[in-house]
Amino acid sequence: MNNIFVYCEIEDGQVAEVSLELLTKGRSLANELKCKLEAIAIGHKLDGVEKQVMPYGVDTLYLADDKRLYPYQTLPHTSIVVKLFEEQKPQIAFMGASSIGRDLGPRVSSALHSGLTADCTSLLIGDHYDKKADKKYENLLYQIRPAFGGNIIATIINPDCRPQMATVREGVMKKEILDPKYKGKVVNLDVSKYVSDSDFVVEIIERHMEKSKLNIKGAPIIVAGGYGVGSKENFRLLNELAEVLGGEVGASRAAVDAGYVEHERQIGQTGLTVRPKLYIACGISGQIQHRAGMEQSAQIIAINTDPEAPINSIADYVITGDIADIIPKMIKYYKKNTK
Amino acid sequence: MKGYKIIVLAKQVPDTRNVGKDAMKADGTVNRAALPAIFNPEDLNALEQALRIKDQYPGTTVQILTMGPGRAADIIREGLFRGADGGILLTDRAFAGSDTLATSYAIGQALKKIGDVDMIIAGRQAIDGDTAQVGPQVAEKLSMLQVTYVEEVKELKKDTIVLKRRLDRGVETVKCKLPLVITVNGTAPECRARNAKLLMTFKRAKTVTELQKENEDYTTLYNDRPELNIPEWTVNDIETDASQLGLSGSPTKVKSIENVVLQAKDSKIISSADADIESMMLELLESHTIG
Ligand SMILES: Cc1cc2nc3c(=O)[nH]c(=O)nc-3n(C[C@H](O)[C@H](O)[C@H](O)COP(=O)(O)OP(=O)(O)OC[C@H]3O[C@@H](n4cnc5c(N)ncnc54)[C@H](O)[C@@H]3O)c2cc1C
Repeated sequence: MNNIFVYCEIEDGQVAEVSLELLTKGRSLANELKCKLEAIAIGHKLDGVEKQVMPYGVDTLYLADDKRLYPYQTLPHTSIVVKLFEEQKPQIAFMGASSIGRDLGPRVSSALHSGLTADCTSLLIGDHYDKKADKKYENLLYQIRPAFGGNIIATIINPDCRPQMATVREGVMKKEILDPKYKGKVVNLDVSKYVSDSDFVVEIIERHMEKSKLNIKGAPIIVAGGYGVGSKENFRLLNELAEVLGGEVGASRAAVDAGYVEHERQIGQTGLTVRPKLYIACGISGQIQHRAGMEQSAQIIAINTDPEAPINSIADYVITGDIADIIPKMIKYYKKNTK
Repeated sequence: MKGYKIIVLAKQVPDTRNVGKDAMKADGTVNRAALPAIFNPEDLNALEQALRIKDQYPGTTVQILTMGPGRAADIIREGLFRGADGGILLTDRAFAGSDTLATSYAIGQALKKIGDVDMIIAGRQAIDGDTAQVGPQVAEKLSMLQVTYVEEVKELKKDTIVLKRRLDRGVETVKCKLPLVITVNGTAPECRARNAKLLMTFKRAKTVTELQKENEDYTTLYNDRPELNIPEWTVNDIETDASQLGLSGSPTKVKSIENVVLQAKDSKIISSADADIESMMLELLESHTIG
């Protein structure tokens, strides 16, 4: 009762990174609320899951193990999570903002009539006073995310409905082991009590999962381009700079939408969160949704024709000028001084 | 087979993709009025999937359901221009302030009234919130199966459909039975353009509210040309529990909105002169940031 739940995604017996990140966050919030951290893993052959999640401080791990439960399917996973939440009545539940979490989360929230906030960039505990009803709420989950409307950050709360649900993208929260020897309890659910045959109406005919070929998240240097780059051809300049410096190319959503680069390279609230040693923002204005994914970079260079571009205020080096002029010079002087 | 009954869920959204300088107010907030209202891009991908089924299976009907203010009738007209058979505008003050769950409830109730649909096709997400929640929440409200992230209908035979899904890290092909809710990814084929003939036919398609504003005699028009009637449904046209609607029916509330104050870093201003760029590159090399 009243604990924090994390839905753990499983691929090939491995717990997803995003789930481990959420367990880390869940642990620290559980300490603050003085409640337990609980995890649910649904799939098949889940023997290894306990070892993977316990070090993050899980107090209770629920396992639903059945051949039919892997790979993920909407209806059976929804049935299990909904029923378990009805029994356990968690106050907070987290899922990854992944193709699984974003398929399952809304379904569960709709069934339980509990609110769900997508793509949070920060999660805190706080109080709330409802003036109209003259009602005080303590220890609510603040679900914080950039909101449409330019440079604004919205704090969303669910005063009355439980669980308070949120999804978070991979990379936004930090993953940290609490104690390698942490021991929680394992509860094996009797799957037949949670699903019915009518949940298994989808037949998965084919499935290809690949590890992403791109390693933007791990790159020490990222050369990111925005709408200001102007064309697919001009993006070659960025590729060249990235190659010379040993980095990867990233992009803003406007550049992705314009078709200059593939979606996998998008950085920001609804893309990747990165923390490279050096982030070079080329023709990116620096809207809040973009900054949410890159402002923790150790050093930032902003190249923009507009001396007032918002990105400049978080940059260590502000270069006012045209990328077509600046980038070739950067390549030239890098080469000259590294020979 | 008498064709399929398909409802496409579509939303009118502000065009956040092109938030240019002129769209920003002096205080740094976005001037929504300066943003054009557009057909949510992935809802157009959804419409295309529906129209392809209609092309293949005679007797299929494609209706657009949209919830929004009066001007969202544009979405239905746009759909008619591209080949939809009709649409319904769900519009009422009572829906204002809805979060995704209250929105899904209202849409779900409208779909219950429409009844007997084979497929509900929606875009994966809307660009003004990017939540991707409404499709699955509607499916749950109707106790229907959902298949999200769909890129292609590979096969449709009687009541069995094969769909290809595009996931974060791969693709999946699934087979299931109708009826179901499908959400379509932006990687699916783009929507066909407007058809000139349909544009001529339907440019006068209006809601009663629009015609009243223009002081037109809608009874005669609708009697002569019933296809030009874009029905408006208010909260009175669907069965609803008021406690689940609008702001009060939304479990999530916005507690606060904060303008982000950029803590300006001590940034170095570099000119585009060669000497400046070279000294910056040298500095980065010395600090081992690069090299
Ligand atoms: C729900 C939601 C989620 C979002 N998620 C993301 C996200 O994850 N990631 C993201 O990036 N955005 C996201 N956005 C969009 C975001 O709000 C901005 O619209 C987007 O980041 C703008 O991209 P941009 O900076 O490339 O384009 P613009 O804002 O158009 O900026 C272009 C910049 O290029 C400069 N420029 C033009 N020509 C040149 C030149 N020749 N040389 C140098 N500079 C030049 C201009 O001065 C300008 O500053 C989201 C929006 C919403 C509503």
